[in-house]
Amino acid sequence: MIDLAQTVAQNASMGEAVFFWILAPIALGGAIGLVLARSAIHAALMLAVTMMCLAVFYIMLSAPFLGFVQIMVYTGAIMMLFLFVLMLFGRDSKDSMFETLRGQRLLAICLGIGLAALLTSGLARAVSGLVVPAEQAAWATGAQSNVEAIADALFSTYLFPFEVVSGVLTVAAVGALMFAHVAKKGGHKGQKEHSRERFAPGVYPGPRPGPGVFATSDSTATPALRPDGTVEPASLSPYVPPRQLTAAETAPKHTEGKDA
Amino acid sequence: MNDPIWLMLVKGVLVFVMLVLLVIFTIWFERRVVAIMQVRPGPNRNGPFGLLQSLADALKLAFKEDIMPRTADKVIFIAAPMIAVTCAFTAFSVIPMGPEVNMFGVETALQLTDFEVSVLVILACSALGVYGIVLAGWASGSAYSLLGSLRAAAQVISYEIALGLAVLTVFFQSKLMSTGAIVEAQAEGLPMSIGGLDITLPGWYFIVLAPSFVIFVIAMVGETNRAPFDLPEAESELVAGFATEYSSLKYASFFLAEYVNMITMSALAVTLFLGGWAAPFPNSWWPGANEGYLPLVWFFGKVLAFLFFYVWLRGTLPRLRYDQFMRLGWKVLVPVSLVWLMVLAAMNIGLDTANDLPTRIAFAGGAAIAVMALIFFWPSRKQYEVPAEPDAGVGGFPVPPLDLAVPPNPRALKELEPATAPAPINGSGTASSEKGDE
Repeated sequence: MIDLAQTVAQNASMGEAVFFWILAPIALGGAIGLVLARSAIHAALMLAVTMMCLAVFYIMLSAPFLGFVQIMVYTGAIMMLFLFVLMLFGRDSKDSMFETLRGQRLLAICLGIGLAALLTSGLARAVSGLVVPAEQAAWATGAQSNVEAIADALFSTYLFPFEVVSGVLTVAAVGALMFAHVAKKGGHKGQKEHSRERFAPGVYPGPRPGPGVFATSDSTATPALRPDGTVEPASLSPYVPPRQLTAAETAPKHTEGKDA
Repeated sequence: MNDPIWLMLVKGVLVFVMLVLLVIFTIWFERRVVAIMQVRPGPNRNGPFGLLQSLADALKLAFKEDIMPRTADKVIFIAAPMIAVTCAFTAFSVIPMGPEVNMFGVETALQLTDFEVSVLVILACSALGVYGIVLAGWASGSAYSLLGSLRAAAQVISYEIALGLAVLTVFFQSKLMSTGAIVEAQAEGLPMSIGGLDITLPGWYFIVLAPSFVIFVIAMVGETNRAPFDLPEAESELVAGFATEYSSLKYASFFLAEYVNMITMSALAVTLFLGGWAAPFPNSWWPGANEGYLPLVWFFGKVLAFLFFYVWLRGTLPRLRYDQFMRLGWKVLVPVSLVWLMVLAAMNIGLDTANDLPTRIAFAGGAAIAVMALIFFWPSRKQYEVPAEPDAGVGGFPVPPLDLAVPPNPRALKELEPATAPAPINGSGTASSEKGDE
């Protein structure tokens, strides 16, 4: 039995190692791509790739609930909202490479490396003494399931921070709504109001004359004539300036392959 | 799930083939059923009853010219249909289609895989599948496609909340998140004693969780972009929405993904609310009905009933306007799901005999009060008020009076004033008309 458990553990760690070495470069590549991508949408997609790799890592570490919630909430909902906003900017908007502050880029690179070094060293010091017990899959041994363990931690030990965070997030969302909300001035005009306006005295209630009405030609370039022969000005599009054709334009173009 | 690897591969291939065949069947089924509803024959030329019609359509699609728009983002334009199809097929892997059977000498469940939180796989896949649609619209580089993908993003995010809340109630009731276990949990009947009469209701969750079932079915249609919620590809407004610029096999992949998603969502509804592969009658009627490969019949029968429901909706209901659609999602489905979830939690505490009596009364009473408050304070439609001043028209609608003297167009008057003076325009006008007569 113990031998079996050991072989299973070895196989699992073997598979884990393989998946780790496949996914870790992808996750890193996504993170680097996020910084280097010129188009905002590409950057967002790179971030989504990194998030999904992280989710697979969670699942490999026997935290399937966390992994799938990461995919659903972060990749599925939050990144989708990011994409939604980015798509509204239009697809030609690219990051400008112009430095607004002198030496900003150099400073940012230095500070970024510094932050990374700080975080890595801190993490390394925190984790270095840690001994991970071999039997990690608690739900596999029948103790407490992944979901139950998270619920237990969230609603007993960390109940107060959890509630505070949710309250802060709600306030932020309502605040954003308040800033974005614009009250419509004068109320909404209904069908009845529009109709009344149209039939008000002094307003011509019929549709505008279409181009080509009463005309000798059905070309849209020909203005409409009234029954008395005058030009109906409403049939002239303000966007098409009237002009005379030049001699070159009126000359035959020999499109039929015939001379003369 | 401790299947040998070869069996997993066999099951994977079987599920894939089954899905593709079911898609081919569903397309034919949809066209025939809609045709019957519209009193016309529908496709009936290729094969018996026109069954090979979708095969012919698929061949035609595959041999069409593959067009890449000049403004397209090439990598994403190609990747988007792949994302859509991959996510659609992956989601079906956790659907249980039958009990443990003997397959090639190995005892195994009729399900590709199952684990602790397998329902979340379907939700995660449907969340990722939207990336396919959204990226397709964006990468096409055309305005209609972009509008379609914006709609798809907003639609799926808002309806996923209602869908997730409906699924949460199933988790609440069964205390399980695995598809296979949820099906088994529904097999037990629900003992009820009404006025001294002991009856056993079927334990399927669509009875106990009726509001969730309704919300799930509505949100499911929204999540799969099907009529009447097919706004991202509304052909009368957006041409074909996100799929405008796609052709050939890439377009076929979106088509395939949509139908696979329909099947998966139907299967999920059957699994969560309609007892999965269990027979639709008490076990005592036919003891062998839930053993061996026979449950496949019940499972696919239920899935087909749902697919018929999809087609029925499409044949009956007109497409919703975008604002109506969003209002339904955010102002009806989400609040109702939230209140129902809290009420269900309170009722579970109130009906649990392990708690002391005051606690039970408080929770059950609180739940009842919450439901009554929701019904009482539900915003009702504004009553029609008879207008104080009578409207000159028919039935309150303003119509032009019968003796309407059409006033001259003020715009025409203003512009014509200088033009009326010179006569030559008039003369040339008559001249040209005479010329035309000759």
